Amino acid sequence: MYFGLSEEQSFFKDNVKKYLEDNASLDSIRHIANGDEKNLSKEIHHGFINLGVNGLLIPEEFGGLGLDLLFAAVVSESLGSNTGPIPFIAPYVMAPTAILAAGSQDQKEKYLKQIISNKIMFGVGFSEFVGRRNDAGLSFKDGSLTGRAMFVLDAQTATHLLLADQLGQIFVVDAKSPNVEIIHLTTVDKTRQYAEVICTSASAEMLENSCLSIDSILKAIDAGRIMLAADTLGASQAMIDQAVDYSKERKQFGRVIGSFQAVKHMCAEMVADLEPCYALVWHAAHCHDHSPDEARLMACHAKAHVSEMGKGIAKKATEVHGGMGFTDLLGLHYWFKRIGVNRQILGSPELIREEALKCQL
Amino acid sequence: MDLEYGLEYQEFTKEVEAFCKKYSGLSFLSSRETPVSMLIDPEVSDGPKMLRTEWQKILIEHGYFARAVPKEYGGYGGEADMLKSRIIAAEFSKLKTPSPLGGQGIDMLVPTLLEMGTEAQKQTYIQPTLHGEMIWCQGYSEPNAGSDLASLQTKGELINGEWVINGQKIWTSTAQFSQMCFCLVRTEPDAPKHAGISYLLIPMDAPGIEIRPLVDMTLKPGFNEVFFTDVKIPEGNIIGKRGEGWAVANATLGHERGSLAPPDATMNRVNMLMDLMKKETLDGKPLIEHPIYRDRLMQIQGKVLAQQSHALRLLSAKLNPGTDVKIGKMIQKLTGTELRHELEGLAIDVMGEIGTLYEQSPHVKNDGTWQFIYMYFLGLIIGGGTSQIQKNIIAERGLGMPKEPKVQGA
Repeated sequence: MYFGLSEEQSFFKDNVKKYLEDNASLDSIRHIANGDEKNLSKEIHHGFINLGVNGLLIPEEFGGLGLDLLFAAVVSESLGSNTGPIPFIAPYVMAPTAILAAGSQDQKEKYLKQIISNKIMFGVGFSEFVGRRNDAGLSFKDGSLTGRAMFVLDAQTATHLLLADQLGQIFVVDAKSPNVEIIHLTTVDKTRQYAEVICTSASAEMLENSCLSIDSILKAIDAGRIMLAADTLGASQAMIDQAVDYSKERKQFGRVIGSFQAVKHMCAEMVADLEPCYALVWHAAHCHDHSPDEARLMACHAKAHVSEMGKGIAKKATEVHGGMGFTDLLGLHYWFKRIGVNRQILGSPELIREEALKCQL
Repeated sequence: MDLEYGLEYQEFTKEVEAFCKKYSGLSFLSSRETPVSMLIDPEVSDGPKMLRTEWQKILIEHGYFARAVPKEYGGYGGEADMLKSRIIAAEFSKLKTPSPLGGQGIDMLVPTLLEMGTEAQKQTYIQPTLHGEMIWCQGYSEPNAGSDLASLQTKGELINGEWVINGQKIWTSTAQFSQMCFCLVRTEPDAPKHAGISYLLIPMDAPGIEIRPLVDMTLKPGFNEVFFTDVKIPEGNIIGKRGEGWAVANATLGHERGSLAPPDATMNRVNMLMDLMKKETLDGKPLIEHPIYRDRLMQIQGKVLAQQSHALRLLSAKLNPGTDVKIGKMIQKLTGTELRHELEGLAIDVMGEIGTLYEQSPHVKNDGTWQFIYMYFLGLIIGGGTSQIQKNIIAERGLGMPKEPKVQGA
């Protein structure tokens, strides 16, 4: 029995972390967020792919590494801890998971191999299946999609989009088609991309088995949720580390503020909240591959619980920094906002807990 | 990640399961009043009956209790095996088989004796303690030494080859049932406060001991105040050397903190609450259909799942030395007791007025255990190092944050 990361997983995690530290400094993230460095984010993305992340989850028969979701979870954690400005969850986790679960053999051959050769990059829009807001939603008729998908992940850099209707059927759409309009959505988190996608009779290819049951889209959503939880985990740890470090340096009333119990207790509470989240995220990722009976419940709780803990940590870690935490100077807000957006994407905690209950009744 | 236990353990699980089924419905003949720690046990009544001490012996014979304690001290004499311990706990809980006796003698004193006791002390005390024939109470806290335990003042003087003890202890659970007390006593008044304490073993029938019950908010028999007036005990009733009591006590506190609120037990209560919410109705609808109540239930389930996974991580770290889980261990007492209290409180909330019923009231649910444990765990949040002390420990020892400047004279 061993519960934890394997040597390979730790190695992979450290590799990604080191790559990001070397290539995506806070300074470059600031440039990317401000929109004045378009090529920089492409360069960072390119180097990231060279680490092998695009083929991480794709089985060896299609040329990938065929690794467990836990590998992807540690990558996501590293991205969160560095607010990595790189598309990851949609193109390299949710898309391959959906195609593997719902694609025909031909579709797997075609798309998975091209993800590895980097000819195709998917954006993913499953939000309307999770919870349709206002008049959003897609309908499929005679081989084409019409309607609107909101908060499509990584659509701006995508060549193809994976979109879902409310029945949980999944479609491949050409992102460059004239019948597909991609509108940038400005969220508070400028380290990643979110878009509205409007389809007007856009030609769409259904992933063949996605019409048989909702199991395949749920599998992809669960994977996405575990990644978001892992991203929040990494981002929250980074915020705690910064808060603790700051509290040991900043002096008021003739002593470092970290010697005041009020500050200590905030830091201890953050740690007590976050520490069990590691095990929960790892466990959920493990169940996704190896324990189908528990997989849904674990993925739901991982996303909902880590989102709740992350929200509290983002607030407290900012408060420990006092006025400096509120400024743009420290850049702490990049983590704060990333945690805030992760919480809402693919279902806010309340919606997910409702799913968690339903899968037990 | 490898959550399989392997063939040997699958066999072992079957063996434990068969054992539990054999003793299904077991209940106990009462031999003395029930210590409070036993009141939380599941109540079962329609099977075999025996004395609690007989049950202890059966459990030891099978290696389901005191597994790693050597045979010559009354244990099973096997290898410590954390996976087997976990399997035993899980099967017992699943099949509602009564757990072995716990209590401070078994959970805290026995590990301390094994680690630091003399051969004679091990021979004398361990076997009767494991068998449930010798019950211990812990004499640590005093009215003026709670969170700041090391400032305790109960005095021990060595006079003519005997310790003469004077002073007062408080929060002494089970003192009224106990034969023995392991006690922290100031024996070196001139030494710095942490270095002046010794760890003494006091027979509770020694002349000069007075026990006064201290009724706590649950109104069940719980704490006591214990007064020592010229109590004389043999010089050899000491663990470790004179002045080393603080280190000895810290070893035992370590044993206590980890075991106060195991997440598997909390998850059993979550499942009980979910069953209750399916049966109880409000305006004709089951409580589980109430959107706010069910969301609160799911919030807590998520927290408990996180703690269960965390416990697996800690277990794995014990099995695979070299894994760093220092902070992971420090948070257990704080998070475990707070969460259990929160869960029991949720059960009270979803029942509303019915949740306030207690003892043998008409309409009370689950024998009033929700209110009892809700209050009992408030006691555990405070006892054994309050939540605030735990946070200081996490911040100072875990995160390396500086201590508060000392107040002069303290």
